[in-house]
Amino acid sequence: MTGIEIVTSIFIVLGTLLVFLSAIGVIRLPDVYSRMHAAGKSSTLGVIFLMLAVITYFLPEGFNAKILLVILFVFLTAPLSSLMINRSAYRNGVPLDESSVRDDLKEMYKCEKG
Amino acid sequence: MFQWILYTSLVILGISLVLFFIRIMKGPSVNDRILGLDALGISLVGFIGVVMILQKTLIYADIILVLSILSFIGTVAMSKFVEGGSVFDRD
Repeated sequence: MTGIEIVTSIFIVLGTLLVFLSAIGVIRLPDVYSRMHAAGKSSTLGVIFLMLAVITYFLPEGFNAKILLVILFVFLTAPLSSLMINRSAYRNGVPLDESSVRDDLKEMYKCEKG
Repeated sequence: MFQWILYTSLVILGISLVLFFIRIMKGPSVNDRILGLDALGISLVGFIGVVMILQKTLIYADIILVLSILSFIGTVAMSKFVEGGSVFDRD
């Protein structure tokens, strides 16, 4: 293996493990708010590592700016989509899990409605 | 060795795509299904990235960009539609 292949392998292994961890979290966690943690953070970091692997592997043929644009776009839009999903879930009245301890948003939304 | 790492990573990414699909089918509320679709779109970007390294080609770069943009737009439109019934706010 050459040096570039070793660095690419490290990035690919890290990214694959993070995406798999996010999939396990989406399956196993109890309610929609905690599932969004797994899907929004871990999956994004995994995809960023995989795109870094692509950039590293094709570096001898020249730097590719489109893949860098993908990284920038995913990094910019993943928190926004998590926020939209969770806000619509809370406003629709999706219940929290029984094991959750406190709900800070309840007072805020009561003030907004009343 | 490098080929072996690539194929193993493709198998693990495929397993995680199947897990997201199970969440889409099973999800108790509509927001669970939207969450599964969002995560599946993001993970598909990484899957196509590994396929790019495996086939030693760069022509899928445009497809990756369009796929990530479409996943984001779809998530925002679906969650705003579920939230209030109106996708565009007009005051």
